[in-house]
Amino acid sequence: MTRAPLAETPSPNWTPDQPIVRIADVHKSFGTFEVLKGISFDVRKGEVVCIIGPSGSGKSTLIRCINALVPVTAGSIEVEGIDVTDPRLDKLALRRKVGMVFQQYNLFPHKTALQNVMMAPIHVLGQEKREVEARARALLAKVRLAGKENAYPGELSGGQQQRVAIARSLAMRPDVMLFDEVTAALDPETVKEVLVTIRELAEEGMTCMLVTHEMNFARDVADHIYFTDRGVIVEHGPPATFFASAQDERTRRFLSQVL
Amino acid sequence: MIATIQAWFQQLYETTGFNFTIFYDPYDWDRYVAGLRMTLILGISTILASLVIGAVGALLQSGPSRVLRALVNGFVVVFRNTPPLVQIFFFYFGLGTLLPDIRSADGLRAPILNNVQWAIISLSLFAGAFNVEIFRSGIEAVPRTTVEAAEALGYTRFKAYRYVVLPLALRVCLPALNNNLINLLKTTTLAYAIAVPETLYAVKQIWSESQNVLEMMLVLLATYAVLVGVLVWIMHRWERALRIPGYGR
Repeated sequence: MTRAPLAETPSPNWTPDQPIVRIADVHKSFGTFEVLKGISFDVRKGEVVCIIGPSGSGKSTLIRCINALVPVTAGSIEVEGIDVTDPRLDKLALRRKVGMVFQQYNLFPHKTALQNVMMAPIHVLGQEKREVEARARALLAKVRLAGKENAYPGELSGGQQQRVAIARSLAMRPDVMLFDEVTAALDPETVKEVLVTIRELAEEGMTCMLVTHEMNFARDVADHIYFTDRGVIVEHGPPATFFASAQDERTRRFLSQVL
Repeated sequence: MIATIQAWFQQLYETTGFNFTIFYDPYDWDRYVAGLRMTLILGISTILASLVIGAVGALLQSGPSRVLRALVNGFVVVFRNTPPLVQIFFFYFGLGTLLPDIRSADGLRAPILNNVQWAIISLSLFAGAFNVEIFRSGIEAVPRTTVEAAEALGYTRFKAYRYVVLPLALRVCLPALNNNLINLLKTTTLAYAIAVPETLYAVKQIWSESQNVLEMMLVLLATYAVLVGVLVWIMHRWERALRIPGYGR
């Protein structure tokens, strides 16, 4: 079966000088429990944004709203001019632009590392297999996994699996990458190899949004840090000022516990 | 070679009285082989059809449409809670008579579906109902987060099902599936009741003419033991082929 490659979905109402992600007054409730109570901020193209905060403060929910894995209750999110909260949202168009990496890697266990990276471009975008394979091999080499192409996820360490997951996401050529506590399940030695990969991506100009507990990493790579607690942004700023002179009492208490 | 075998069984009959007619009488042998062929047709077609019914049913059962979910649940209840022989009778004598006849090539009136086709339909639905539940158990064992990863990569629900959920679910439910397919293969003997000339039917004809019930019973039991043995062997090979290195450890 031959499938015509999907055309790039144009976003006529968005230009690169505008924020690539716009989050405006987002509320999210699960039943009667309100997890997000009005979050607003913009992310510009090429920016690296870290979202930090105590467990249960809604960080992961927020990031999952951005690629429509979780529908918002109120407010709006736009990615390159695509209204994520539109009920007639073209999810494929959105998810081509937004890559996501999960805490538990979530690789497809029945496929090799190489196949994991190749699957979505072939199945979802209908791209040509040979071209995708070349790109997938290059991506695996980029995340320092050359030689592991034919290993199954179950044969790889956590850090290796997470780097396959990053390569898998990059194979879709996204414009924004979401990282949801991607090092939280890793042991300390392997955390670094994943962070190195993310740092390289950031340095290449990829727009990144990270939910993380790695404060030193956030300080090093982030352009902007948001601290959330109980569903609101308590404080934000560039890392230099954020870590040096947090104003809010909750932020200071949190930082004193984790730093 | 064949002559030697025939002579040996003839000799066996004359000296001991054990009369395995199919091994020296070409007429009985042909009837037995025709029965065996029909059993294979029934077995293979109902196994394949019931797998498709199971996969589609399980997809709809986990789908967003409440109406379709209710329909699948109703289907499972009806076909799981009633005896397969009654189902075959219902289809052949009940539904079969409601359908209009067609004119066959020689101008005679013939039913649209013959007894073999009805047997295949009803046995497929019977085993398919069980397969829906078996596949569902497998699907429920696939972590929600794995499906989420597929969604985040732009997979539609159907494509995620096709490329991620089903291959993983299949591995989980293969042992249960094995059992059901083995049962299905043995249940094809029920087609005897609507005169489908499968193995049991053929063997019964042979023993009522040749008066060798015990011998043909032994042949019958041995035949099904071998058929099921082959199916088990194939399923185990399939299970091994699907084994994922490093998975679940």
